[in-house]
Amino acid sequence: MTQMTIAEALRQAIREEMQRDERVFCIGEDIGITGGFGGAFTITLGLSDEFGHERILDTPIAELGLAGVAVGAAIGGLRPIADVQYGDFLFLAMDQIVNQAAKLTYMSGGTVKVPLVMRAPVGATQRGAQHAQSLEAFFTHVPGLKVLAPSTAYDAKGLLKSAVRDDNPVIIFEHKRLYGSKGPRSVEGALSPIGEVPDEEYLVPIGKGAIRRAGKDVTIVGKLLTVYRALEAAETLAKEGIEAEVIDPRTLVPLDKELILASVRKTGRLVIVEEDNLSGGWAGDLAAIAAEEAFFWLDAPIKRVSAPDAPPPFAPVMEQFYVPSAERVVAAVKALF
Amino acid sequence: MSESSINPLALYRTMLTIRRFEERCNYLFMQGKIPSTLHLYIGQEAVATGVCAQLRPTDYLTSTHRPHGHAIAKGVEPRAIMAELFAKATGCCKGKGGSMHVGDMRVGMLPAIAIVGGGIPIAAGLALAAKRLHTDTVAVSFFGDGAANEGAFHEGLNMAAIWNLPVVFVCENNLYGASTPFDAVSRLPDVAARAAAYGIVGDIVDGNDVSAVYEAAGRAVARARAGGGPTLLECKTYRQCGHSRSDPRTYRSKEEEAEWTKRDPIQLLAGRLLEAGQADQSALAEIEQEVVALIDDAVAFAEASPAPAPEDALQDVFW
Repeated sequence: MTQMTIAEALRQAIREEMQRDERVFCIGEDIGITGGFGGAFTITLGLSDEFGHERILDTPIAELGLAGVAVGAAIGGLRPIADVQYGDFLFLAMDQIVNQAAKLTYMSGGTVKVPLVMRAPVGATQRGAQHAQSLEAFFTHVPGLKVLAPSTAYDAKGLLKSAVRDDNPVIIFEHKRLYGSKGPRSVEGALSPIGEVPDEEYLVPIGKGAIRRAGKDVTIVGKLLTVYRALEAAETLAKEGIEAEVIDPRTLVPLDKELILASVRKTGRLVIVEEDNLSGGWAGDLAAIAAEEAFFWLDAPIKRVSAPDAPPPFAPVMEQFYVPSAERVVAAVKALF
Repeated sequence: MSESSINPLALYRTMLTIRRFEERCNYLFMQGKIPSTLHLYIGQEAVATGVCAQLRPTDYLTSTHRPHGHAIAKGVEPRAIMAELFAKATGCCKGKGGSMHVGDMRVGMLPAIAIVGGGIPIAAGLALAAKRLHTDTVAVSFFGDGAANEGAFHEGLNMAAIWNLPVVFVCENNLYGASTPFDAVSRLPDVAARAAAYGIVGDIVDGNDVSAVYEAAGRAVARARAGGGPTLLECKTYRQCGHSRSDPRTYRSKEEEAEWTKRDPIQLLAGRLLEAGQADQSALAEIEQEVVALIDDAVAFAEASPAPAPEDALQDVFW
C-alpha cells in the first residue's frame, strides 16, 4: 500500500496504462510542455519526460478540435485520454462529445467503437462562474457515454484504468478540491484526501457503487466532494442518534441502482447531495428512480441538497453558501424525522 | 489497377452509378418507399469519384449529410446503402443511420457525419492514429463550402497542419450552404485560399472535371502518404438538385442552373471519352446497362429485406 493523493493516483493510472499499452496516449492543453504545468492540476506532470511529446500531446487551445481528434484517433485504433483544463470547457466540445463520440457506435449499427476517455475537473474553487460548474447531469443525460465520478485515490486510479480499457467513450469527472495538487497549482480550501492505494495492479469495475458508512436510519447519497460532506454530516447525526448510511455511486452511468435502492428499502429515507444546480440535476433523476422503485419503502419525502439555481459565485462567502455544506445535509436529514 | 493510371471508363462507371442510384432514390422517395428526406449529390459526382479513385480500402473517409456519392465511390455496397435508405435491418447501419449516416468501416468509411464540419477534426484524428501506428494510411474528409465557416474547420486544419498529419481536406464548394450563397458568408471567394492561414498546400480544381479532380487528389494523397502533410483541396462544383427534397431552389436563377447543367460532369466525361476514341456509344451503353442492373439488384435486395424489430432501437448504444 502507498499513501497518495487523487492527483498522484490519476497520474499513476495514466503511467501504468501507457506502459501497458503503446496505443494509450494523452491529448490536451498544457499537459506536456517542458517547464509547463502538467495539465491545469498537475495530473500529467513529468509524464512527457517519461513518454515523450508524441504520447503526451499538447494541443492548441481548441477544445472542439482536440475532442474531435481524440474521437478520430480512438476510431483509428489508439486509446486517447483527453483532458480539458476545466470541465466548463466541455461545452466548447459538445458536438464532438454528444453528437459524435456518443453516437457513432449506434449510428454505425455497432460497427464502430470509440474508446475515448475524457477527463474533466469540476467543482467550485473561488474562480467564479466559468471555472466552477458541476456538469455531471449534462452528460448522464446522453445515451452512449459512460460517466465516472471517483472520490478517493483508490477509485480514481482503478476507475481511470478501467476507463482506458473500456471500448466506449467515458467521461471521468474529477473534483478540484479533492485532487491534492501541490505547489502553485494547489487549490484554496481543498480537502485533498489522501488514501491507500495498493502497489499491485487492480481495477475498479465501472458500474459498482460503494457504501462509505453503514447505517440504518437514512441513506445519504453523495458524489465527488459531497461524499465527504455527507460523511461529515453522518458523524454529526450519529451524535444525535441518527445512523446514516452514506453511499458513493462512483459511477453515474451505468448506475449501481440496486445498491442505492437496497439501502433506501432498508432505511426508508433518502437524501441526495450534489454540487450541481438543483433543477434538472442528477439528484432529481435519482430521486425519480427511488420514487418509482422504492416508494412503498419510504417513510419520508426524498430530499435533494444541491447548489441553488444560480451560477457559481466568486466571493468565498457566497461560494460557501452555494456549495452544499455538511450543515445543510444535517438539516435536510433532521427534517425527515 | 494502379493508383497512378486509371481507366477513365472506371471513373465513368462510378459516376454513372452514383447518378443512377440517386435518380432511383429520388423516384423511390416520391413513391413513398424511402422515408425521411434525401440530400442528393447529383452534379457533384466527379468529386467523390476522382478523389476516391486515389484511395485504398484501408484509407479513411469522413462524409457529410450528402453522402451517397462518397459511399458508392469508396466501395460501400449499393445493396447495403439502398437497404439503409429503405430503413431495413440489412442496411449498412442496420437501419439506425439512414441516408445521412451511411458508411462502412470495412471499406474505411465512417458512418457519414451530418453535423456540418463535424468530420474534419475526426479525420485529423484518424490521420493521427495512422501516423502513430506507422501505417501509410491516409484520411480524407469531404465537406461543403458551408463547413469552411465552422470552428471545427479551423481547429481541425490547424491541428492537422502543426502535426503534419496524412490527411486531405476536400471542400466541395457547390456555391450554396443550403440556400445561402458562399459569397454572402465569405469575403474570400476561394476556400482553398484559407490553406495559407495554416501553412499547408491549398489547391483549386474544376470539380466537374473528374480527370482534374483525380489528378489533384493524386497529388494531395501522395503528399499525405509520403509524410508531406495535409492539403486543402477545393473542388468547384454545383449541386444540380435542391439542398434536400423539400427545397424548391427559388434562391438561384434558372439561368445559373442551366449553365451548370451544360457542364454536367458525366456528360463532360462522356464527350471526352467519345472524342478521344477511348469509348464508343455502345461501350457507354453497355456500362449504362450494367449500372442499371446493379441498382435494380440493390432495390430488389432492399425491398426484400426485413425491417428491424422496434426494440432493436435499444441495441448498439454501447459497444
